[in-house]
Amino acid sequence: MIHPIPPGSRDVLPDEMRELRRLSRALIEVFEERGYGEVATPTIEYEEVLARGGDRDAAGSYRFFDENGEVLALRSDMTMPIARLAASRYADAEPPLRFGYLASAYRPVRPQRGQMREFVQAGVELIGAPAPQGTVEVIEVLEAALDAAGLDRAVIGLGDADLYRQLLTEFGIEGAARNSLLERLASHDIVGLEAELSAQPGIGSMQVETCVRLSQLRGGSEVLEEAREMDCAALRRATAQLQTTYEALAERGAADRVQIDLGLLRDLGYYSGAILEVYDPALGHILGGGGRYDGLMKRFGLDLPAAGFALYLERVHIAQMEEEQRRGRGS
Amino acid sequence: VSSVASSRAKADGPLKLAVPRGALFGETLDLLDGAGIDTAELRGDSRSLIFEASGMTLVTMRPSDVPTYVEAGAADVGITGKDVLLEQGDRAVYELLDLGFGRCRMVLAGRVGDTKLGEAQRRLGMMRIATKYPRTAERHFEATGRQVELIEVKGSVELAPLIGLGDGIVDLVATGRTLEDNDLEVREEIVECTARFVANRVAHKLRYAEVDELTARLREASAR
Repeated sequence: MIHPIPPGSRDVLPDEMRELRRLSRALIEVFEERGYGEVATPTIEYEEVLARGGDRDAAGSYRFFDENGEVLALRSDMTMPIARLAASRYADAEPPLRFGYLASAYRPVRPQRGQMREFVQAGVELIGAPAPQGTVEVIEVLEAALDAAGLDRAVIGLGDADLYRQLLTEFGIEGAARNSLLERLASHDIVGLEAELSAQPGIGSMQVETCVRLSQLRGGSEVLEEAREMDCAALRRATAQLQTTYEALAERGAADRVQIDLGLLRDLGYYSGAILEVYDPALGHILGGGGRYDGLMKRFGLDLPAAGFALYLERVHIAQMEEEQRRGRGS
Repeated sequence: VSSVASSRAKADGPLKLAVPRGALFGETLDLLDGAGIDTAELRGDSRSLIFEASGMTLVTMRPSDVPTYVEAGAADVGITGKDVLLEQGDRAVYELLDLGFGRCRMVLAGRVGDTKLGEAQRRLGMMRIATKYPRTAERHFEATGRQVELIEVKGSVELAPLIGLGDGIVDLVATGRTLEDNDLEVREEIVECTARFVANRVAHKLRYAEVDELTARLREASAR
């Protein structure tokens, strides 16, 4: 007899579980080796605490009441719970603080799209280490994690979360119009971006071209050279920061799989400065992401810069299997 | 926060381009020819769906399937109508280029001389609208502050108001001939649609040189 489970959830049977365990052990080992002790936090938290990041989505999409009428929520990632944990338990500790985790997170799904309501993330948070050293450290941990998973072809996109916010402000665009344009940039609707930006008062074809061209600028360090041809303060700041980070990575021999991407814009509201995305040629979806959120800890009463990343464990597992099969074929 | 999909198509091998069959097919092939991609085989009467041409793999499919294949990475890039992208707005694909051809309008239409749309709105507070584009229609009426009952149909939507299914239709109009033939007329224009060039998110990042080069060739060819 078949007893249903909710769409977007699933059972894991022993063959898969064995592989997932092996993979997650390897990842946790990488984190531990580098000083990122594993932590666990409650699956349910007070909604108000998760919402403190100022991001609607981070507050979780599954909410319910406890016996006292308090609103509880399922976490949508581990950044908020760890920010809370660090502020409550490590307020007097000597930074930087390093935490690793392997935890389920919960997000809404659209029907019949193969999306998961419940999924596992493996990641780290580095609290109290500013850019660029903190960013470099997080990227190095991420690279070690990808190596441990056997994803030697994976690429890390490195961008700047503030670039377009500042660029549009510099163009004199604020408020709803700016947010709408940022949304176009985040979803990479270049046609819409071009049309909407051109329709803004005081915006000439030069500015439109700058914005569109920037959104398509990705690759090695030559990208920074190209960006310098365009003259605006927001871009000078972003490229200077990216260059510092990239050079620090290169010095440590860790820049080979990093792709500078001036078009990168993640939709989580709390990012500032460097942002990351992880891709593997074996998979059409993003494997994970992260970046800096230097303003977040302050909202929890601990004013420290922070950075981190999260990998989607199930997707890493799929990519791992595809890469193994590819290597097996010898191509 | 983007949700986590578990699809597992890959962005490997020659660049895969999703080519829409149907109304956009001819002009898409002309554009590809103009961009230096040989489409002779696609123009033949082969029943194949997949063709190798000029170092690329061309995959033919229904326009409405293009966002699905491209989002999953089964195709790296693709061409489809803006109407399809609007209706499937939750598909995470990058829209890189307006190709300019396949121009048509999404409109609200009613029977010629008939006051049903207005009367339903006035007396019932709600219009019944038949459409193949329920999400686009829903957004339009929401944005203009009107309540409607949307009736989704799959086939010739012009039929619906003629025999009493709904007070009007939301549909795509190119020349307006079909509306005219069925005694219907445009009441409101919702949006103008053209063919668009789209890319998978990962392919756009990992195969940027190929994607950019193709984008540039298509831009040039479509400007001619």
